Amino acid sequence: MSESDTRRWNHLKKILERSSPFCHPDFEPGTGILDFLQNSCKLLVVGAGGLGCELLKDLAMMGFGNVHVIDMDTIDLSNLNRQFLFRKKDVNSSKAEVAAKFINERVPTCHVTPHHCKIQDKNEDFYRQFHFVVCGLDSVVARRWINGMLVSLLSYDENQQLDNSTIIPLIDGGTEGFKGNIRVILPGITPCIDCTLDLFPPQVTYPLCTIASTPRLPEHCIEYIKLIQWPKDNPFDSNIDTDDPAHISWIYEKSLERADEFGINGINYRLVQGVIKNIIPAVASTNAVIAAACVTEAFKVATSCCPLLNNYAVFNDADGIYTYTYEAERKSDCITCSPTTAKYLDIDDTNVRLEKIIEMLSEHPQYQMRNPALTIELEEKRKTLYMPNVPSIELKTRPNLKMTLEQLGIADGCKLLVADITNPRAFEIILRIKNNYVNME
Amino acid sequence: MAVPSPKSPEPSERSRKYDRQLRLWGDQGQQDLETAHVCLINATALGTEILKSLVLPGIGAFTIIDTEIITEDDVGSNFFLTADRIGEKRGSVASQLLCELNPDTRGHFVDESLLKLLDLNPIMFNKFTVVVTASLHEKEIIELSHKLWEFNIPLLVCQSFGFFGSMRLQLAEHTMIKTHPDNQNPDLRLDCPFQALKDHFDSYDLEALDLTNHLHVPYLVILYKHLEKWRKNIDDNNALPETYKDKQIIRQNIKNSIRKHDNGTLHHEENFEEAIRSVNFAYNRTLLPTDIQGIFKDEKLLNLTSYSRPFWIMVKALKDFVENEGCGRLPLRGTLPDMTADTFKYISLQQLYHEQAIKDVEIVYNRVQQLLQNLNLPDDTISEHDVKVFCKHASELCVIRGTRIADEYEHKGNTDNEICQSLEDPDSLIEHYVILRGIERFYSEYYTYPGEIDEQVEPDIPKLKSCISKLLNEWGCMSSTKEDCIHEYCRYGNSELHSVSSFIGGCVSHEIIKLITQQYKPVNNSFVYNAINCSTECFTL
Ligand SMILES: [Zn+2]
Repeated sequence: MSESDTRRWNHLKKILERSSPFCHPDFEPGTGILDFLQNSCKLLVVGAGGLGCELLKDLAMMGFGNVHVIDMDTIDLSNLNRQFLFRKKDVNSSKAEVAAKFINERVPTCHVTPHHCKIQDKNEDFYRQFHFVVCGLDSVVARRWINGMLVSLLSYDENQQLDNSTIIPLIDGGTEGFKGNIRVILPGITPCIDCTLDLFPPQVTYPLCTIASTPRLPEHCIEYIKLIQWPKDNPFDSNIDTDDPAHISWIYEKSLERADEFGINGINYRLVQGVIKNIIPAVASTNAVIAAACVTEAFKVATSCCPLLNNYAVFNDADGIYTYTYEAERKSDCITCSPTTAKYLDIDDTNVRLEKIIEMLSEHPQYQMRNPALTIELEEKRKTLYMPNVPSIELKTRPNLKMTLEQLGIADGCKLLVADITNPRAFEIILRIKNNYVNME
Repeated sequence: MAVPSPKSPEPSERSRKYDRQLRLWGDQGQQDLETAHVCLINATALGTEILKSLVLPGIGAFTIIDTEIITEDDVGSNFFLTADRIGEKRGSVASQLLCELNPDTRGHFVDESLLKLLDLNPIMFNKFTVVVTASLHEKEIIELSHKLWEFNIPLLVCQSFGFFGSMRLQLAEHTMIKTHPDNQNPDLRLDCPFQALKDHFDSYDLEALDLTNHLHVPYLVILYKHLEKWRKNIDDNNALPETYKDKQIIRQNIKNSIRKHDNGTLHHEENFEEAIRSVNFAYNRTLLPTDIQGIFKDEKLLNLTSYSRPFWIMVKALKDFVENEGCGRLPLRGTLPDMTADTFKYISLQQLYHEQAIKDVEIVYNRVQQLLQNLNLPDDTISEHDVKVFCKHASELCVIRGTRIADEYEHKGNTDNEICQSLEDPDSLIEHYVILRGIERFYSEYYTYPGEIDEQVEPDIPKLKSCISKLLNEWGCMSSTKEDCIHEYCRYGNSELHSVSSFIGGCVSHEIIKLITQQYKPVNNSFVYNAINCSTECFTL
């Protein structure tokens, strides 16, 4: 390190080279720690949006020298009120690439490597190279996928003892308006994302019969246009593109017509856009707070200078400033991080149709699947029951949805193999059927 | 009767850029931000992090007052200073790099010491909406506090030191109309329906309805009918079900009135289930909230003058409404929560609430006009729209009166007492506020910070301890601070950790946005952050 680089880090050096009664017991002050941050420690930031920009800045300023960032998105005008590494000229460019370039120029002691792709495009070897991962996403599905990936990298010995060297800690931040949360996850040791799925707020949905026949709110009218009118009129010969102003305008005009027809007030362009794009309000300040708290934890993970957050904190500054930390608990039958515990799905009887099973997997508070593919093992042969993602197989397996378990030859104790976008790995669920009508002859 | 819908208003670039925040504080809040001018004293990492989250959402202008020259240390903690600018003016470079974040914001830089400005040109502070400071020294804090109190400009004094930080807010008076409470009860008036609502309820005969209509009666109607029935039974026309037992009786009655299939099982009537779930909150008596009662007693109402702010003129008109036409109640809010019903039944009910709210607004507006005339103020001082917004949020109005920070430093007022009392709680973060005050005192005495040089860490521990003891003595506190805590602060040696400053910076900038937009309640009036265990605490000092 050059002398001016050494002086640049005077702030960090006081923390890292001096001991104190508040330090973590494993902490050994010295010059090696800063050297580790600058030269050896390698970490991944998932998401280069509102939280991601803040995370990259904070990590670079806290002495981290080797950071990778992954994000598939491009920059939109509505990002500029908080994603401060982007300028108007950057609209439509890759978030990961622009963010990396900005940090590399502003903070020469940090090198950021961008990956402009989906998280699913990278394999286990990619994720295994990092000391830890910091996640700043607005999508629950992507968060669960990363979580599942890091859990899948754990290895256990023959006595089911976890090999600690395979643990890649995950620091996760999330924001919504003036609220946010931070959590530190040591996969295999502390609760993972899927252990605490009930912490995510449920999605707002309106019953179809209300939308179709008894609308009362402007939202009901907008949903009607989106779900019923659009497929019927097919005005642009395509699915709704939420980024195309012509599409939003069409929905706005039709929603207004419908609202007028029913005497409903309150349709405006902003609301239409909010409902169609499922927009979550966001401000710069909350992102700054949550990302900063995540990076403070990242700094603790990398340096052992203080004990880690154990293991969940919430923040809210809508009324005063409020934080609350607590220890979330692991679920012994978590689908993701409890590999040896059997998972069950309880079903009333074999007259249930396959589509109902899919609905149950989506609504089950501990599974919350999004679009599962189902395979079953029957007499040691694998049979695909339903595969939504490959169009040709989807077409072939679609009739199965209307068939009952009995017709499909499925009985109590059958093992269902479930693959879903919420997890990189498929897992096994045992069907527990109360009234088994299948004739065992 | 179909009216051709207007062509959709293509949103402006401004509303697209600020879309995500406009959904929180609205166009009015954004306009308030865009006309605000914030002053930062000292462009430290904390200082620029505060400005960053103000420039991004589009604050009108900022001014940095700073005389420092950029050092290597600065570059290591401050994202808005770069190594190639070492030796240049800190405020100038910070202002330039911050302005790059948003072309809508104007940045200014004043290269002059704060004390000199306060002495020679104090009037310049009058143009600021809010003043915020980082790493200020005792004497500067005291003088600035006096001056801004006199000008009635909010002041936020902020610190970031190692893993800790604090913010202290000084406000003479702050009034808010839209406080955005989290879980507000709907304003339903089942206990005192206005005439049109009562007539509407009476027009229903639930038992005569066919099943389809029965399934689509709004739960308010069901609740009202069952309230009437229950009142008749107990022979009390004013009673409301207050005890658990009363509520259970009504719940059971509602359940009994659900239609049955021929085989005796219940129909699935969602509206009746909603009615049963709403028994707990919907039968509340409509009272004047205690907070509003307090505002009505405010001395600002006793002597309205032509200098009174519109807020107080509207409060006076509101009070007169409550005491006359309102019969002790606020104007109707006029919004109805969503409930299972068919479109016609819901919309007609919603319309009634809406129309009554408009009538109430008209009365309050007339009273406002009368007051303006008496005060010799022009009619358009307060618009009908202003009154409409005011009435809609009448139950959430809030007034905060703060204390002068200088009083705390000069041992006037009650702050000493507050600090002493909070110190009795061993888990309270107030201890860190006291240590941070001790560090300011340390600087006043030694012109350096504890532990700035490696060799000084150990010798500075007793020195800092004695500074803190002196402070505690002056406050008349018996408590003492823990030795290891003081050691920890000496270890920091005035180091500023970027992520700690960024956390506090985000919090402080949002407090400033609350002050500027007069929406959402700010911290009243102090806040401490502990990054070691990710906790915060607020105090009223
Ligand atoms: Zn788990």
